[in-house]
Amino acid sequence: MKRLVVLLLVAASALPAQGPAAVAIHNARVVPVSGPVIARGTVVLRDGLIEAVGADVNIPADAWVIEGDGLTIYPGLIDALSTFGIPQPATPQANGAAAQQPAAPQITSPLATPGAVTAANPPARGPEDRPMTTSWVRAADLVKPTDRRLNSARAAGFTTAVTFPPRGIFAGQGAIVDLAGETPGQMIVADNAGEYVTLATSGGFGGGFPNSLMGTIAYVRQLYLDAEHYRIAKQFYAAHPRGTARPDYDRALEGVLDAPRVLLPATRRTDVDRMLRFADDLRLQAVLYGLPEGYRSADLLKKAGASVLVNLRWPEKGRDTDPDEPDTLQVLRVRDRAPSTPAVLAQNGVKFALYTGGLERRADLLREIKRALDEGLSPEDALRALTLSPAEIYGVADRLGSIEPGKIANLVVTKGDIFQTATEVKYVFVDGVKFEPVEEPAPANARPESAPPTPEPQGEKQ
Amino acid sequence: MKSMKPFLVACLFTASSLAAPPIVIQNATILTVTRGTLTGSILIRNGKIEEIGERITAPADAQIVDATGQFVMPGIVDCHSHIAADSINEGSVSVSAMVGIEDVLNPEDIAIYRALAGGVTTANILHGSANSIGGKCTVVKLRWGKDAHDMIFEGAMPGIKFALGENPKRAGNPSGQRIGAANVLRYPATRMGVEDVIREAFTEAKAYQQSWKDYNDKVARGEQAIAPRRDLKLEPLVEVLEGKRFVHAHCYRADEILMLLRVADEFGFKIRTLQHVLEGYKVAKEIAAHGAGASTFSDWWSYKLEAFDAIPYNAAIMTRKGIVVSLNSDSAELMRHLNDEAAKTMKYGGLSETEALSLITINPAKQLAIDNRVGSIEVGKDADLAIFDKHPLSNFAKVEKVYIDGELYFDRNKDLADRAVHEADKKKLLDKERELQRRAAPGAVRRPAA
Repeated sequence: MKRLVVLLLVAASALPAQGPAAVAIHNARVVPVSGPVIARGTVVLRDGLIEAVGADVNIPADAWVIEGDGLTIYPGLIDALSTFGIPQPATPQANGAAAQQPAAPQITSPLATPGAVTAANPPARGPEDRPMTTSWVRAADLVKPTDRRLNSARAAGFTTAVTFPPRGIFAGQGAIVDLAGETPGQMIVADNAGEYVTLATSGGFGGGFPNSLMGTIAYVRQLYLDAEHYRIAKQFYAAHPRGTARPDYDRALEGVLDAPRVLLPATRRTDVDRMLRFADDLRLQAVLYGLPEGYRSADLLKKAGASVLVNLRWPEKGRDTDPDEPDTLQVLRVRDRAPSTPAVLAQNGVKFALYTGGLERRADLLREIKRALDEGLSPEDALRALTLSPAEIYGVADRLGSIEPGKIANLVVTKGDIFQTATEVKYVFVDGVKFEPVEEPAPANARPESAPPTPEPQGEKQ
Repeated sequence: MKSMKPFLVACLFTASSLAAPPIVIQNATILTVTRGTLTGSILIRNGKIEEIGERITAPADAQIVDATGQFVMPGIVDCHSHIAADSINEGSVSVSAMVGIEDVLNPEDIAIYRALAGGVTTANILHGSANSIGGKCTVVKLRWGKDAHDMIFEGAMPGIKFALGENPKRAGNPSGQRIGAANVLRYPATRMGVEDVIREAFTEAKAYQQSWKDYNDKVARGEQAIAPRRDLKLEPLVEVLEGKRFVHAHCYRADEILMLLRVADEFGFKIRTLQHVLEGYKVAKEIAAHGAGASTFSDWWSYKLEAFDAIPYNAAIMTRKGIVVSLNSDSAELMRHLNDEAAKTMKYGGLSETEALSLITINPAKQLAIDNRVGSIEVGKDADLAIFDKHPLSNFAKVEKVYIDGELYFDRNKDLADRAVHEADKKKLLDKERELQRRAAPGAVRRPAA
């Protein structure tokens, strides 16, 4: 009932959504991802869930019918590592400090803006000071439906994102978030997607512990050991409260213990090897992210049975690189081969999901996906890596990631193949609520004089 | 399928190295270091030296390497290097024993290959010197092309870095201003503070060691107890106390060297090596009495005040006083010509050829307690060999081939041949990228026809 009320409310509001009790998309091509493509079929949505799908589905009497001739229905896309939903501070115009950062360091958070890692007020003197740790922070408590990026994400076909607090070594816990809703609470599909770990450092002498990669790794290891000790101490105390000194409450450890999995960064093959060993050593349920060198790490990943999140934003030559300092052959090779990562992982049976790396515009995403397709990734595998695979990796494949009865009614409806540039995204359904994608704003770097004049608003003409 | 190729190649390569045929290096001048010099052959099988002799019957399936006129010496061992790691200094704290080089080994650091080209096959990768007690060290073989874990010298005793003098105290007060001023970053800012940090850390470590003993006793008595919290900072120090981890201490001045030896004696642990130790010649007897090794430079000094009172006879004097002495690089550049450094001790101090070569082979191997495996050419030892075109103590000598575990890791002829291929590859990739950028340029697509 609650859903229905919500839908009605949505319908009554000025949003581009209409909210009948049920919607049936009729005679469309259906790509369920979990099963074979249905050349001509019907999908029925009710109360935010998928009610029925198939070639011979009866359309309920109370359903609004959308004629699906020439349309294709896909599961809504999932951005597997994102900050969508957490309102971003207005992006400061590349200020001097940020712009002069050296070319992307090997391992940084893909979520945080460069140089944004801020050390706590007094420099930390060791792991006990819990430097750059907000492991207890939940993205579920931070998301808002007013995040300005939700529109463009939906326009690009995304209905769901796995959203994480972006900053720190232990940045906090992710949430699986549907990219629309009246209230923040409605957006949350799951509030414990995992702990997001970066290998940030305090940035040099004087910034406090840890100021080096090995310091950060040692810190992460110590925190996991502490968490295990804390868990045992709490258990022991619960069993013997009398005569036992009670363990100090530690929110950093609470956060770590809460998380069902941990996301660890891996840029090079060396990092993949390092992080797999690290996770194995601490017996962590780890998912690696980044993976521009995934194309030459498949043997390691396969052996470890690891799942990975691959950043779709392929490495590029820096804009302001010194022409007298040409890149090494090693770097050039990585830039050339990185887009072959998804194809190589697919061939080797490594489970992977794709994430946007902060790209929002559909055109940008398609360009990056096309590079992966050009390297031999099949469109089916690409689609799976943006739908069912992330749902499986995060343990929510029972409710997201494919078009099956009972799952959440997140769909993308297109006029043509979803990965073709010319294809129009007709509708996006989030929790059964229909959105008609709005025109994407012009890219930020477009020159003002070449921008087309803004059309006058329709309303004023009438 | 294109992208599968590297894997197939890698698989084939691994498969072939498992069943590698024996190798016979023939007609070489063999500088065994521990067993004299001879002209003859070396038979390598399964990564080990199987036979050395003036005349060896090569097995039928052996790969023959003709080294006529060339010199074979044991692969060089560098007791102090900072290559092959993604970070070196956790300088934020005065005791950074919780960090370790093993966590950040970078097997793709090009300095590894360049060191191979200088005949180095084994290196002790040390943490930096910003802390009185630094991080954990790792001994590696320079198995270029292997993953990080496969570089680690199997079974080598782990180490830890200590540092005395200007570096650890300067890290505490980089501006050098009045102590107590707001700019002091961390303790210590003086030499006596350095000593205090070490004392305090080991006092803490002993208490930690005791807490585990108490716990284990309780468990043994069948009492219920919670194990103490594992402390990654103190664990390595307990290992030092228990003789399970070597201390490699960066030092320069004689007074500080004595200080450290006394602190170690007092707390009941050993200093395995003194590193740099430029004033070692002043206190060589005391160093020998403690049983510490010394790893120094031939003639590199005067880069800071505490490194001025140095002489080129340091290595020779310490050798004559009975210390196990080695020459180290501490630098990716110096690492490529350690044979040159060794040769200098013949002029300054009059060491023999064999003694000079020992400084970069068997002696550092002894210091790292890996001399049962490497450091000399002996039957049963690892086939870690460097072939030079001239006598390695000549500064005209160049490395021709380097073997580790009987596997060829550097071949000068192959390197020269590969250069053109790499240049062509690079040009192709640059051209391709330029083309891609041209097509992707937003202006090129969006500009309306004028």
